[in-house]
Amino acid sequence: MSSFPWLTVAGVIPLVGAIVIALTPGRSAPGGEADQRARDLLVKRLALAFSVLTLVEVAVMAAQFKPGGPRFQFQQVYEWIPQFGVHYAVGVDGIALVLILMSVVLMPVVVLASWNDVEEVTASGGRVGGTTTPRRAPRSRSVKSYFAMMLVLETMMIGVFAATDVFLFYVFFEAMLVPMYFMIGSYGVGQRQYAAVKFLLYSLLGGLLMLVAVIALYVYSTHGGHSQGTFLFTQLTHLALSPASQKWLFLGFFVAFAIKAPLWPFHTWLPDAATSAQPGAAVLLVGVLDKVGTFGMIRYCLDLFPTAAHFFTPLVIVLAVIGVLYAAIVAIGQADMKRLIAYTSVSHMGLITLGIFAMTSQGQTGATLYMVNHGFATGALFIIAGFLVSRRGSHLINDYGGVQKVAPVLAGLFLVAGLAGLALPGLNTFVSEFLVLVGTFTRYQAAAVLATVGIILAAIYILWMYQRTMTGPVRAEVAAMPDLKARELWAVAPLIALIVVLGVYPKPVLDIINPAVHATLSGTHSTDPVPAHPATASTASALHHGRHPADRTALVSHVPIQSAAHKQGSSS
Amino acid sequence: MTGTVAAAASTIAAPHFEWGLLSPVLLVFCAALAGVLVEAFAPRDLRRPLQIVLALGSLAGAFVLSIVLAATNSVFAGGKPGAIVAVGTVGVDRPTLFIQATIAILAFVSVLLIAESSHEVHAFTPQAAAVPGSPEEREGMLAGVVHTEVYPLTLFAVGGMLLFPAANDLLTMFIALEVLSLPLYLLCGLARRRRLLSQEAAMKYFLLGAFSSAIFLFGVAMLYGYAGSVQLSAIATAAQTGTASATLLYAGIGLLGVGLLFKIGAVPFQAWKPDVYQGSPTPITALMASCTLVSAFGALLRVFYVAFGQLTWDWRPAMWVVAILTMLTGSVIAITQTDVKRLLAYSSIAQAGYVLVGVIAANTRGLSGSLFYLAAYGFTIIGAFAIVTLVRDRGGEAAHLSSWAGLGKRSPLVAGVFAFFLIAFAGIPLTSGFTGKFAVFQAAIQGGATPLVIIGVISSAILAFPYVRVIVLMFFSEPAEEGPVVVRPSGYTSLAVGIGAVVTLVLGIIPQPLLSLANHAATQLFVR
Repeated sequence: MSSFPWLTVAGVIPLVGAIVIALTPGRSAPGGEADQRARDLLVKRLALAFSVLTLVEVAVMAAQFKPGGPRFQFQQVYEWIPQFGVHYAVGVDGIALVLILMSVVLMPVVVLASWNDVEEVTASGGRVGGTTTPRRAPRSRSVKSYFAMMLVLETMMIGVFAATDVFLFYVFFEAMLVPMYFMIGSYGVGQRQYAAVKFLLYSLLGGLLMLVAVIALYVYSTHGGHSQGTFLFTQLTHLALSPASQKWLFLGFFVAFAIKAPLWPFHTWLPDAATSAQPGAAVLLVGVLDKVGTFGMIRYCLDLFPTAAHFFTPLVIVLAVIGVLYAAIVAIGQADMKRLIAYTSVSHMGLITLGIFAMTSQGQTGATLYMVNHGFATGALFIIAGFLVSRRGSHLINDYGGVQKVAPVLAGLFLVAGLAGLALPGLNTFVSEFLVLVGTFTRYQAAAVLATVGIILAAIYILWMYQRTMTGPVRAEVAAMPDLKARELWAVAPLIALIVVLGVYPKPVLDIINPAVHATLSGTHSTDPVPAHPATASTASALHHGRHPADRTALVSHVPIQSAAHKQGSSS
Repeated sequence: MTGTVAAAASTIAAPHFEWGLLSPVLLVFCAALAGVLVEAFAPRDLRRPLQIVLALGSLAGAFVLSIVLAATNSVFAGGKPGAIVAVGTVGVDRPTLFIQATIAILAFVSVLLIAESSHEVHAFTPQAAAVPGSPEEREGMLAGVVHTEVYPLTLFAVGGMLLFPAANDLLTMFIALEVLSLPLYLLCGLARRRRLLSQEAAMKYFLLGAFSSAIFLFGVAMLYGYAGSVQLSAIATAAQTGTASATLLYAGIGLLGVGLLFKIGAVPFQAWKPDVYQGSPTPITALMASCTLVSAFGALLRVFYVAFGQLTWDWRPAMWVVAILTMLTGSVIAITQTDVKRLLAYSSIAQAGYVLVGVIAANTRGLSGSLFYLAAYGFTIIGAFAIVTLVRDRGGEAAHLSSWAGLGKRSPLVAGVFAFFLIAFAGIPLTSGFTGKFAVFQAAIQGGATPLVIIGVISSAILAFPYVRVIVLMFFSEPAEEGPVVVRPSGYTSLAVGIGAVVTLVLGIIPQPLLSLANHAATQLFVR
């Protein structure tokens, strides 16, 4: 069974689903309104079935993953375009595996949550921010293509995390833009055209700069003794690059990932795109597509260009901290609920970047865990906010009030998701955020302290939003608001469950992540300054210190921090 | 007296022609001549079917012949690069045959568009000589006159295009240039709708083309003065030994370059392209945008690789400037276009810039990358123009972009295919546009032209904007009240669109066969 192409099959299942959906009779087929409804229902059920099937397949694969085994597992390598030295090469390490798991978990949830999104918007005439655009002919959008694009996107998401050939990664990285572009532009609300174009052009510019770096990497690989150049990640890590060329290539990759993540100051497309997208598309955008950026940083920027990564670390740390604080402050001032959530996400992505570039095992483990947790927490927040918006037809926080009295379940789940957003202990994001901050503190105290302020700001924006929408006197417009329906509850329940379970018992995920993070760290020749967190770092740092005894003496100045971190660690 | 004449006559041997190696070109020219005869002698009803059979048959034949030649002919046996034939005037080698095969198949698809006649409003005017809006014109229209001269004219142009990149001496090259240009000038003026625009386009193209031909010829004279020969290899030898005045050589390179870059439409010689693309009948625009571009690039590659191959360091800086200007100007001006044909024209200028990046690489990979790019781009652009012919409002093609609004809701299939072509132009992966761009950029970085590639990707990002805008219009905007309709295409146009779409997709996913073919063609460069 070990030779079974798990990853390829995982990628192919949604693609087949998309094709099947595309082949079902469309809008032009004969039949009345009832027939069309039946056809739409079939499409949705197919989408759900294929996404659940993918989830099952990936779960079975994940169960066979050996955390202590080779770095990349379930590998497959075939020649694709020999002329360019391109392979179809897939394989996962722990980091990629948990991100794929997160993506496939989110997908059925998103399908369920988007069940009526496509129709509802047309029926209500696309109301945004309290203003109503002219009523359109109902059913002017194809349910079929929406769900087909969603499944195509799933294929690409799995592909982008699973690719171990830089060219293949680039192909998925860029091709992903197209379905998301149509999902925002065709099915979004408000300024969807503007948002979709901005999203596409930003990402495209970053991607094209990365393309130059990708090609240059190939050209360098031909210099390095190989007769034929290569894009295989495993071979490229052995490449000896001069510091100068490393820096340029690092920048080429990093800018693309910084736009994707998005890192301040490249973030401006995200609030627009996430606000204009349907909640389901927004979850995929913020939950999964953004993670491609941070995943790219940890996999490609660090592993391929270790020297340059160290060189640019101070710059990245500064950008990340600015992003954490700036986005949090801006989030407080938002009047639009989806925009607010989008800004919180920018802030959290800053924290993730901080954790990655702290170059400590806690920081990177925390950052990777945070990627997963953030996908679930923000996903839940977006989905529940979407339920709220679909009931009232407005994104504006001021249009709500007292919802918890009329829809207590909705409000309660919104609170849980929100509290996960502000990293309440006991919920999943707390573990990861804590690891990130500890990991950062051991090396960059000031950055960690400033980033901690971001958590306080998070409490302000989340709780204030909750207070303004859910508590207080019941507004007349929301008085008749129904509570969550069974479908909606089923959509969001798995996420809430994961938020709680991973908050209490994150060990299974951490066990998968840890070896991969250590591989990355040893690839970048980084060592933990201090064994701060006994659970995650002691073995790794002991290993590293054993290998580089000189580091220990170099880190004498960190001793006070060590004790401080210890205290923090034990107090948790 | 008679004895000396006889003796002299006996020393002049009949020139030896390698008919077999020249067969693709000759076949097309013969078919063109036969087409003229058909015009003269065949009854009116029979002309169109006969012409279509002649044109499609000869182009398919030329395609097959060039492939057969490349695969089996003895001039390539034992790894030989090819042969100089027809008394030193024509070079037959693998890159040339690749280019000729590309031109033949692209011309075949273009002729499919030309042959389309099911539309209510035909692309070509019935009476080119009639003054626009005059009674004669109306009379011809009412009589249902159809211009079947279009087919032989096209074949002559294609014959010239096949010869142009194969010419081994500059005079043959000049003649080929004229043979390909003159019919095109005529064809440009034949659009049925917007007659004045079409005639203006023909006039502009003719005048500017005449200037550029004169400049080309002047360059030929300079190079003859320098090398004492018009043969490319002789010029290369003279440049290597370098005894004559270098001024003549550089002036010659410059003037010759201007003539060639004009046909490509590189900045600053691009001014004709938008007007001509807009004014010409769309099938002819498709022919020019694909085949003429391929042919002109073939000639440019041959001249600069064979004659000036030793002088790379001298012409490369100038070519850098031209490539940068071409990429940036094309993409920036494309943003402001409101006419879909002008938009495609400016984008085609920028695309020519990307191929120039491959030319500048001046290595085998650059050559093979350029060859691949040209073939891939040709299919996509023909497909795109084929779609343009389908979207119509009252009286003809709906050229203005505003009338394309909401097309995606009315005709999802047509709009979807057009969006796919635009995505390919933008160079998004899984389309041939990406593979082509990747090939030339990879060659350029390998050739040490990284800054050029960076400018290239910035230009691609700029160029993505106009494409994306069209997609936004088609899919995200509400249909206009009196919007255009998509006419149901006959088999000809459907086939052209289908070929374009399939090739664009296949070359994006499994490009290896064509890539290795291009690579195989390029490994030995051109025959000297």
